[in-house]
Amino acid sequence: MYTFSSKLKTFSLILMVIGAIGIGVGFWSAPKTVEEVETILLEESHGHHDQVASHDAHAAHDAHADAAHQEHVNHVFHQLQNKPWAAFYVACIFFMLLSVGVLAFYAIQQVALAGWSPILFRVMEGITAYLLPGSVIFLLVLVLSGVHMNHLFTWMDPEVVANDHLIQGKSGYLNVAFFLIRAVLFLGVWNLYRFFSRKNSIAQDNADGVTFYKKNFKMAASFLVFFIVSESLMSWDWIMSLDPHWYSTLFAWYVFASFFVSGITAIAMVTIYLKSKGYLEQVNTSHIHDLAKFMFGISIFWTYLWFSQFMLIWYSDIPEEVTYFVTRIEHYKLPFFGMLVMNFVFPLLILVNTDFKRLSWIVVMAGIVILAGHYVDFYNMVMPATVGDQWFIGLPEISAILFFLGLFIFVVFTALTKAPLVAKGNPLMEESKHFHY
Amino acid sequence: MSNKVIHAIYNDDDVLMDAVKQTRAAHHHIEEVYTPFPVHGLDKAMGLAPTRIAIASFIYGLIGLSFAATLMNYIMIVDWPQDIGGKPSFSFIDNMPAFVPIMFELTVFFAAHLMVITFYMRSKLWPFKKAENPDVRTTDDHFLMEVGVHGDEEELVSFFKSTGAVEVKVIEKH
Repeated sequence: MYTFSSKLKTFSLILMVIGAIGIGVGFWSAPKTVEEVETILLEESHGHHDQVASHDAHAAHDAHADAAHQEHVNHVFHQLQNKPWAAFYVACIFFMLLSVGVLAFYAIQQVALAGWSPILFRVMEGITAYLLPGSVIFLLVLVLSGVHMNHLFTWMDPEVVANDHLIQGKSGYLNVAFFLIRAVLFLGVWNLYRFFSRKNSIAQDNADGVTFYKKNFKMAASFLVFFIVSESLMSWDWIMSLDPHWYSTLFAWYVFASFFVSGITAIAMVTIYLKSKGYLEQVNTSHIHDLAKFMFGISIFWTYLWFSQFMLIWYSDIPEEVTYFVTRIEHYKLPFFGMLVMNFVFPLLILVNTDFKRLSWIVVMAGIVILAGHYVDFYNMVMPATVGDQWFIGLPEISAILFFLGLFIFVVFTALTKAPLVAKGNPLMEESKHFHY
Repeated sequence: MSNKVIHAIYNDDDVLMDAVKQTRAAHHHIEEVYTPFPVHGLDKAMGLAPTRIAIASFIYGLIGLSFAATLMNYIMIVDWPQDIGGKPSFSFIDNMPAFVPIMFELTVFFAAHLMVITFYMRSKLWPFKKAENPDVRTTDDHFLMEVGVHGDEEELVSFFKSTGAVEVKVIEKH
């Protein structure tokens, strides 16, 4: 049995407290009135170059320019108000989907009758324990958006929809009630699968025969069918609908690859941590090697999808879809291309080497870069639609990451203490213990 | 000096593996082992150095990538930068996404083909090569270990008999 070290527990609690304070400060310091934004903009233009300011003063006489200016201020006001919400949203969905990625990997391993991975099933079950609290918080954010506490989803604003012919056409799908029903359905079924597969897995430990194992097999197969459909709709709902004028057909796969590789990376890192603490004796370098191969392969899969989406849109250059990338390249140059280095070039060059894939410190280092890179990936998907060019990875963003990281560590390692780290009853366990590559 | 070798023939890969380990422990130099199929772990038991063909392949891939990038840059950007359907041919990076499929394929092409050719050259394989097969049964169901004879021939033969060989022959090699 694993015991949650008090050091790690305190560490996670500190992360949560610091994160929560930072999130609070982020919300508190967001501008509350349009006048505040006016002063911020004025300060900015004074600070940068005086010429613009004098030009502004000149233009102020013009009534037309005045109205345009007012509109601009209003726009920036909404963006700045969105900032703490969007920062919270990105971190929230990132960690929640990360555990969903682990859940999908877990189901795939069971359905594929993988002989190497059963020794890691309890680690995976531990990580997916985050799914419940993670999805509850996430659902709460969606509900708050639905009742207009924030302006993350523009299509939820009746005023916007009234003047927007395109969104009106989509309102059969994009309306708050249906949106929330879908969210509850998807999160509900994922959580139910997680709950019952965990329950069966523990029941199998002391069972005669393999009834629970077979039940889990069938459940995993059904879950995967449901998962791929719900994952697709989920990515349209929770991410693509932030840009309600834009659509892309392979977007769901792209989002999937992003959180799937993050999930596998999380499995590798938690496994290496537990092993370094002397638990998981039977996990050897071959298991780590396999996980690192998955990290490597799915990183490249992610890149393939990223590029396929980008290149098709760039190549045809159709105005209605290309704006998605135009705003990103114009305002998010560093995160947009930086994530390519973090999610593709770095893992490609580091994890291509067989010997490196067996070294814990290399896998951990690559894992940190991959996880950070996929956070930036989600950041790039959410931020341009919500805060536009007002983005910055500052206090609200980092605090939200710290808060959810702390919560993640706390929940995952608490769950790991609840059951033996090696699932006894799995018929493939013996093979997994002696797995050697 | 006579160039004698011992051919010890086995009919089971497990017995062969044990024999290889014993032979290594007794410090007899194994010239070659002939098997009808890959025996997992044989190279390790024989103490063969790991292959470097993956490293070679990586380098070939880099060569392919450079070749593709140079090719596309010269043709599309330097030599005749036409406006083809509004594609930006001002600099390589402007039009890079359109070149990626070619750069990818040529990387794979170079990495794969040059690696295969390297393999053929290093293992001396070509269409009209004379087969070096000491015993026809080794391509079907027998395993053969070839060990050079140094010192007492009788003692060596009895040693290999004891390792479970179904047949031990002493052969004059030219």
